[in-house]
Amino acid sequence: MSILIDKSTKVIIQGFTGRIGNFHAGEMMEYGTTLVGGVTPGKGGQMHLGKPVFNTVKGAVEETGADASIIFVPPPFAADAIMEAADAGIRYCVCITDGIPAQDMMRVKRYMRRYRAENRMRLTGPNCAGTISPGKAMLGIMPGHIYTPGRVGVVGRSGTLGYEAASQMQAHGIGISTSVGIGGDPINGSSFKDILMLFEEDPETDAVVMIGEIGGPQEAEAAQWAREHMKKPLMAYVAGLSAPKGKKMGHAGAIVQAFGESAQEKVEIIREAGHTIIPNPAAFGETVEAVLTGKKVAA
Amino acid sequence: MDIHEYQAKDLLVTRGIRVPRGGLAYSPEQAAYRATELGGDAWVVKAQVHSGARGKAGGIIMCRSDKEVEEAADKLLGARLVTKQTDGRGKLVSRVYVEETVPIDRELYLGFVLDRKEERIMIVASSQGGMDIEEISEKEPDSIVRASVDPGAGMMQFQAREIAFGLGLDGALIAKAVQTIMGCYRVFRDFDASMLEINPLVVSKDDLLALDCKMSFDENAVFRRPELSELRDKSQEDPRETFASDRGLSYVGLDGNIGCIINGAGLAMATLDMIKIAGGEPANFLDIGGGASPERVAKSFRAVLKDPKVEVILVNIFAGINRCDWVAEGVVKAIEEVGVPVPLVVRLSGTKVAEGRRILAERAPSVIVADTLKDAADKAVSAWKSTRKAA
Repeated sequence: MSILIDKSTKVIIQGFTGRIGNFHAGEMMEYGTTLVGGVTPGKGGQMHLGKPVFNTVKGAVEETGADASIIFVPPPFAADAIMEAADAGIRYCVCITDGIPAQDMMRVKRYMRRYRAENRMRLTGPNCAGTISPGKAMLGIMPGHIYTPGRVGVVGRSGTLGYEAASQMQAHGIGISTSVGIGGDPINGSSFKDILMLFEEDPETDAVVMIGEIGGPQEAEAAQWAREHMKKPLMAYVAGLSAPKGKKMGHAGAIVQAFGESAQEKVEIIREAGHTIIPNPAAFGETVEAVLTGKKVAA
Repeated sequence: MDIHEYQAKDLLVTRGIRVPRGGLAYSPEQAAYRATELGGDAWVVKAQVHSGARGKAGGIIMCRSDKEVEEAADKLLGARLVTKQTDGRGKLVSRVYVEETVPIDRELYLGFVLDRKEERIMIVASSQGGMDIEEISEKEPDSIVRASVDPGAGMMQFQAREIAFGLGLDGALIAKAVQTIMGCYRVFRDFDASMLEINPLVVSKDDLLALDCKMSFDENAVFRRPELSELRDKSQEDPRETFASDRGLSYVGLDGNIGCIINGAGLAMATLDMIKIAGGEPANFLDIGGGASPERVAKSFRAVLKDPKVEVILVNIFAGINRCDWVAEGVVKAIEEVGVPVPLVVRLSGTKVAEGRRILAERAPSVIVADTLKDAADKAVSAWKSTRKAA
């Protein structure tokens, strides 16, 4: 098993026929993702990459039975695309788009709560690299070959730093059950805690790596939750030791505004909650290996 | 994106908030003229820079005559104001705001922020204005009243009324406070603000006035707020950052000597961390973004080399939607067209890495090639140390 996506997940692409959507559609299909179609308003009825194009997400869901969607729609229209997916009965949505206004995302989060919990869509991103269950399915823009199938869950804000972690783990012979990007925006679909809850329930995930960064309360919140509710080992790295206060480091959400939001403070909070700290970004592989072998010894 | 106090007050006025009368001046003569235009016998001359804590830094000067106004403006204009919120170089004062003085009975605090935990607009108010909010939270935590706005419904009148009573106001001031609070909410919503702070909001006889105001806006929303783009003042930004942002690069200037060119914000932050751990200091944060062309990579070199402190450059790319061959082409282009007068360490990984390395080996033999993140940081720091020894 894995979380969020596997081989049976039926995927549509919102922004299918655009340059970026088109390119990544090819990559995802090549990886083995079950792509059943796409949505580009005004191009319904056409075929693209051998798959049907629909005008609306509702139309795509009715015809194809799609249960997941990935969004490559430009920032001014992306919030609307997310809400359209939520309303059409999509179960899981990844939003890749970078640059959505924060107030639009507040509206999206509020909108999604209109639906009963059992009908409510799960969203990860925006401003993320997507989600991959290695060997099964990829809903994102990552280079699939750097992920080995295995039993460690990964959740992080950054795309490329996630690649760095995956390739170090691969070099140490460690595989990944699912890697989830929650994105670099201040207001995002799922928090670290939301994803940790899924990994804790997943019988095929043994341990979890959390890759955080400066800004916001989510790393600390996840560390506190995990202390009380998580039996699986949690390892964490927080990027941005050298970030000056009040400066935005690339990601819209990577900014230290309040106490507890700097890398040093987050590391301290996570350590105090009893989790393993990955001391530097070159130590993903060795730290995960040490924790996994330590676990075997203990067992 | 930040704006000046006078610009923030102009926005407040559009939503029915009262502010003291004032006028902008670019020269001492203009400042004196503004004072006579306003009338009265006392004025404040306020340096317009993108920073709080201007008062303690000498950026706000009380004046009793138009001559004093002229002298104050002369002193401030052209100077760099160093406050506890700026770096050591401070910010250039290129305009001053001359304002009438008003009698102050009470000083209040009113702030609006995007609360990331609640995922809502949060209002924070206090009856103890005049000091900054960190100080209020520390010294007068009981004075703070809070409310949050339901994004589906918007702010309600009763919430504004609760805050007004919570601030200890009464009588006719309640209606004025409600108008002020609702007005601030509309500014925040209508212009996609990320922060709005009136400190102090003063009770002046039977009136409520915004004496000072700070605002920041969501850069991701500027596309739909063209009027805000016009308020941008590049003289308040780090010139290295302006050069890069005008070319679509995400750049933050730092104090060290190792220039950095990286893809992805998280990997960029992690690389800076790694440089520090290896014993070096980064000169900048720079994310070239996804799908970067050779031209874009060459542009990044120009941006990094704008900083005269740079003694080594480190390129660290983990290509997903990027391509190592394009990055390598960009490195070659930078060496040939821009000129790279400092040691250059390049680490390539991911998509098309073999092609990228071949291009470097054949066409840029001077490049120090690194295999891993740690290797890259170590090589950059040792190259920097050897340039130091040579000098």
